[in-house]
Amino acid sequence: MAKHIAAKVEDIPPGTRVSVEVAGRKVAIFNVDGEYFGLRDACPHMGGLLSEGVVIGLVEANKPGCYNYSRGGEIVRCPWHGWEFDLRTGKSRFDPKRWKTHSYDIEVGDGKEMHAETVDVSTEGDYVIVKF
Amino acid sequence: MTVETIGQASATKPANQKLAIADCDIHPSPKSVEREIFPYLSKRWQDHYQTYGMLLRQPYQAGPAYPKGQPDAARRDAYGPNGEKPGSDLEFMRKHHLDPYNVQLGVLNPLKSGQGLQNPDFAAAYCKAINDWQIAEWTSKEARLKGSVCLPYEDGFLSAQEIERRAGDTNFIQAFMLIRTSEPMGNRRYWPIFSACQDANLPLAVHAFGFGGTPVTGGGWPSYYTEDMVGHSQSAQSLVSSMVLEGVFERWPKLKLIIVEAGFAWAPSLSWRLDRIWAQNRQELPHVKRPPSEYMAEHIWYTTQPFEEPDRRGHLKDVFEWIGWDKLLFATDYPHWDFDDPTRIPLPRATDEQKEGFFLGNARSLYGI
Repeated sequence: MAKHIAAKVEDIPPGTRVSVEVAGRKVAIFNVDGEYFGLRDACPHMGGLLSEGVVIGLVEANKPGCYNYSRGGEIVRCPWHGWEFDLRTGKSRFDPKRWKTHSYDIEVGDGKEMHAETVDVSTEGDYVIVKF
Repeated sequence: MTVETIGQASATKPANQKLAIADCDIHPSPKSVEREIFPYLSKRWQDHYQTYGMLLRQPYQAGPAYPKGQPDAARRDAYGPNGEKPGSDLEFMRKHHLDPYNVQLGVLNPLKSGQGLQNPDFAAAYCKAINDWQIAEWTSKEARLKGSVCLPYEDGFLSAQEIERRAGDTNFIQAFMLIRTSEPMGNRRYWPIFSACQDANLPLAVHAFGFGGTPVTGGGWPSYYTEDMVGHSQSAQSLVSSMVLEGVFERWPKLKLIIVEAGFAWAPSLSWRLDRIWAQNRQELPHVKRPPSEYMAEHIWYTTQPFEEPDRRGHLKDVFEWIGWDKLLFATDYPHWDFDDPTRIPLPRATDEQKEGFFLGNARSLYGI
C-alpha cells in the first residue's frame, strides 16, 4: 500500500472537507473534529460528488416514535439523491452490504519520506496522507 | 453482491461519452422575478405580485406543502459560480449540463410559472410573462433549448388563448401544465386546452406536482415528502383514466399527451385494469369505443426521470416492452436533486436502435424536430 500526499493539514480545518485527485483517484477527505476520513469522491449510485454533500448525523428510530441522534458530523449525504454514507466505513446507510463507496486510510505526517506529488513537500508543516 | 465505484466519476467527466440525448425535462428559473419577469407583466400585475405574492390553491399559505430532498429541490452542485440559483444562468447550464451530457434537445419546463395561482387572471398574465421570458432569456440565445407554453390550466379558455398566441412559434414545442388539477383532467372544463393543442399541433405535457386544492393522495394529506413523491403516480393514473374514459382521445384523435416526472411502470397494470373494467361496463361508457389500453398506447408518452430502479434491471425490460420503447422519453430533471444521469440509469438490455430512440429519436419524432 503506497502513501500519497493529499493536502496540507491547514487546508482542511475541522468541520470541512476537500476533494483531491491523488494518483488518478478522486478522494474526498473530511476532517471531523481533527479526525480525518477519506472516501472515493463519487456516489456509487449515479456519481454525485460526495465532497459536495452535507455532513449530518445519524438519526435512528429503534421503534416508531423513539428517535435517537448520534454521531453528528460522521455521515455524508450525497448532493444529488441524498444517499447517506458513513465517513468511517464508506458504507451506505440504507443498504451497507450492497452499496458502499471506497474508504481510504488517512494519516497525518511530515511527508518527508515521500516524493512531491500534488503539493510541495519542502514547506514545513504536516500533511494529510492518503494510503492505497 | 457488493457494488463499488469503478471508473471515472460521471459527475465531472461525462464528456467522455459520445451519447447524444434529448433531455425532456429541464427546469429554468429567473435569477430575479423583478428583473427578468416584470418586463413582461403589466404594472397592474407587478403591483399585485408585490402586494400579495403568488398564492396557490393549496393548504399552507406559501411555499411547497412538503419539504424537498435538498434545498431549492436542487442538486447541491447546481448553483452558479456566483451563487446563482440552480437553473437560472444559461452560461452555467451550458457548461454544467448541456455540453458535458451532449444534450442535443433540451425541453424547458418552467415551474413557479403562474400555474396553480388561485387568481385566474393573475395566473394567465404570469404564464404569458413566463412564456415571453423563455424566448428572451433562453430559446433565442440557445438553439438546443425549446420552450413550453405554460398554461393557466384551471381556466380552459384563457389557456386556449395562450396556446393560440404561441401556435406556430418555433420557440415552443409543447404546451405545459401540472398533474394535480382541481378536477380529473378529462373533465369538460379542460376541453378547450385539448382542442387548442390539437389545432396548434402541440403535444400537451403534464408535469408532476400542481395545486388543485385537493389532497396529494387519493386518501388525504400524508405526513411526509416521500409520500408526496410517490403520490405523483396516483395523480397520473387518475389523470390518464379520466382522459380516456371521458372520451378525450375520441374527440381529439390527434392529441398527444406526455406524462412528465410521474413514473411509468404503473402504466401497464393500469391499462390491464382499465380494459377489464371497461369491458364489464360498456353500457356506462358507450363513447369509449375501444379498450382503454389502445388509447394509452396511441396517445401517451412518458418521460423517464425519476427512473424506476428495481434490483434486477431485467424486470424493467418487460415494462419497456409493455409500454413500447418508442413511447419513453429520456429526461434528467436538471437541476433538481433527483436528477438522472444518462450513463448511470439501469436501462434494460436494448438494441442500438431502441437506445437511440430512447435517448434522442423518440423525442425528435414526437416533437417533429
